Amino acid sequence: MIARRLWDHDLAWSFRRSPVTMLAAALTLICVAAALAAPWLSPQDPFDMAALNLGDAFSPPSWSYLLGTDNQGRDILSTIMHGARISLGVGIASVALALVLGVSLGLLSGYLGGRVDAVIMRIADVQLSFPAILIALLIDGVARAALPSDRHDALAIPVLILAIGFAGWVQYARTVRGSTLVEKEKEYVQAARVIGRRPLAIMLSHVLPNVMGPVLVIATIHIATAIITEATLSFLGVGVPATRPSLGTLIRIGNEFLYSGEWWITVFPGLALVILVLSVNLLGDWLRDALNPKLR
Amino acid sequence: MIFSQLRKIGSVPVFLLALAVAPAHAQVLLRWAAQNDILTMDPHSQNHATTHAMMQYAYEGLVRYSKDYQIEPCLATSWEKMDETHWRFQLRKNVKFHDGSAFTADDVVFSFNRIKEPQGTNQIYVAGINEVKKVDDYTVDFILAGPHPLLLRNIVDFRIMSKTWSEKNRSQHIQDYAKKEETFASRNTNGTGPYIIKSWEPDKRIVMTYNKAWWGKLDGNVTNVIYTPIKSDATRVSALLAGDVDLVTDLPTQDVDRLRKESNVKVLDGHEVRTIFIGLDQHNDELKYASVKGKNPFKDVRVRKALNVAVDREAIRKVVMRGLSIPAGIMIAPGVHGYEEDIDKVVRYDPAGAKKMLAEAGYPQGFEFTLDCPNNRYVNDEKICQALVSMWARAGLRVKLNAMPFANYIPKLLNFDTSAYMLGWGVPTFDGLYTLQSLVRTKTTGADGSFNIGRVSDKKLDEMIDALKVTTDVKKRDEILKEALEITRDQAYYVPLHHQMRPWAMKKGVSIAYSLDDRPQARFATVK
Repeated sequence: MIARRLWDHDLAWSFRRSPVTMLAAALTLICVAAALAAPWLSPQDPFDMAALNLGDAFSPPSWSYLLGTDNQGRDILSTIMHGARISLGVGIASVALALVLGVSLGLLSGYLGGRVDAVIMRIADVQLSFPAILIALLIDGVARAALPSDRHDALAIPVLILAIGFAGWVQYARTVRGSTLVEKEKEYVQAARVIGRRPLAIMLSHVLPNVMGPVLVIATIHIATAIITEATLSFLGVGVPATRPSLGTLIRIGNEFLYSGEWWITVFPGLALVILVLSVNLLGDWLRDALNPKLR
Repeated sequence: MIFSQLRKIGSVPVFLLALAVAPAHAQVLLRWAAQNDILTMDPHSQNHATTHAMMQYAYEGLVRYSKDYQIEPCLATSWEKMDETHWRFQLRKNVKFHDGSAFTADDVVFSFNRIKEPQGTNQIYVAGINEVKKVDDYTVDFILAGPHPLLLRNIVDFRIMSKTWSEKNRSQHIQDYAKKEETFASRNTNGTGPYIIKSWEPDKRIVMTYNKAWWGKLDGNVTNVIYTPIKSDATRVSALLAGDVDLVTDLPTQDVDRLRKESNVKVLDGHEVRTIFIGLDQHNDELKYASVKGKNPFKDVRVRKALNVAVDREAIRKVVMRGLSIPAGIMIAPGVHGYEEDIDKVVRYDPAGAKKMLAEAGYPQGFEFTLDCPNNRYVNDEKICQALVSMWARAGLRVKLNAMPFANYIPKLLNFDTSAYMLGWGVPTFDGLYTLQSLVRTKTTGADGSFNIGRVSDKKLDEMIDALKVTTDVKKRDEILKEALEITRDQAYYVPLHHQMRPWAMKKGVSIAYSLDDRPQARFATVK
């Protein structure tokens, strides 16, 4: 019964109509599954120092190491699987943070209007005039200066999530504010107000469900952007430490050896990043089109 | 970043054109790039390798090293030992400073008093000298505190400044570098050396020209030198390949093989007299950064030996260093007096044996400790430490790696805020005593144990090291030196890793003598 309704749903219909989307979904699923199951599926545990053998370092792709090994003798396939775990984790967590922050501020701003609106939107305007990566770098830099140096590695991932999350809330806030401005004039909101519901309840139970459509589209595409931002920061050396590498860290490590011909150390993590980001992006695009009534 | 640096070098030809207009002999330019810039131009201020490397172009000492690191006359033409504590030096006549004033005994006495000032860090080069006395304009006497078998090697980096120039320009005292003081002498030079420093733009370039009034003769033909510090490895190599520089003296190891294959570049192999090693806290009763409470496992020789045999030095040489290291068993490198191949025995790699030794010492499950490591000082420093972490893991030791830039690292070490650390030790005097005195001698104030961070303390070795300082009988001294190096090795006071090799790459038309102390000299260079 439920399965039938899902199958007949508009989204499902348009999904079945688009082979590219199906491919993207499959690739995303593979990436996520590989990342989630990395501790059990990966051929080697790249974090077990005792299992590494320096003698195996710089092996080109072969049957024993499908994608070769890096400078410490770590199996690249395993590091990619574990790295994707960190990349996806950071991406999703920072999007969740940005989403919660942006949606709440957008709702407040749109519904309350007046001074609250002015303050929040001016902050948003100021933040929009900086590139997101710069803001993330700034937050990361301040956090590093404030935290004791021996805790840096342990706190690198939470700091990164905060940095990317805070850098991305504006687009949610602006979208939600716009939709809220429209929704709050509609009869059902007026009715709720007339029967005396409190503003917070109206915002959460009436307005919010009706502004979430576009937010989901932004969030999907934002996951791809957040993964790229994390990779960029890690490539610059301010992201996750080399002992627990994300895809960006792996690309940075491999980049040093590109000149000397050990291409696989950087190319395979790079490819993995491209595939992951591309498929998430394609899914996001499809979701945007499918939810847009004008394109149906 | 890359482009701005290339552009800086690119503007050089304009400067050359200006030079080419000048008559006299042909102008030959050597463009040299390495990683670091100098700290100051005051030759007495900072004991820093790159600064010394550059200051020896403009300033000279009483003696200098020949190409094969023998002592040869420089500003002194001859010397004579009157007795064990009294040496007499005859000075070279008709030598002019770059400003045209004459060099006399007054300048030597002045420089001796100046280099001793406490705000500088070069006093070690006149250590053991109580007084320098002027006998006449071209004769000085050195009065020593005691017999000093290494006096001549020690004073190579004691450079002579002009008394009148320094006083005229209010630079008679060393700048206070720690307080960021600048003086005329920290921004200008006036030596007697083969090259005149025309300009120094910090982090950009140093421009030098040949000193036509120099007393000596160039071995090569280089009349102009431009030194460009280029921080990024990739940019430095690209600059050489693009033909923007002629000589690069610190190469990233992974690029060396590729450069060997380039048709218009040649690679000059050589090793630096620098040994890379791991030091261990053997002083505190409980390690600061370790899981063992109430005792210090590194005080147990079995633990230190276990750490030693668990290191696969051959794998580090092959994989991390790409063949550019000499696995080490002792703390001094080939080329240093006291080095003998048969005592530089590398311990056999034996992780199972290491595990057994740890068990015997009471740590069958191993233990956890933190290894501190610089990440921008020695060739592949952080990567070596990463390799050590996995090698020690196989012996059951859980090692946490704490890597940081050298500028933060040194103060941490000097405060003994470490349980295990990586360091490299070079030997400017080319004698094993320098290493033993700095690293093994029980720490006191002054030069004894100055970098003995783990606070190794061995009465017998202390006596031997003190004997090395004053023993003038060469044969007897060599025996003591050998035995001291062997005891240091057998007690595993340090974990020596390797002697560092440092190939240079240059354009095909350039030839230059390799320097063991990483100080390329343009007077030994020929550019075709």
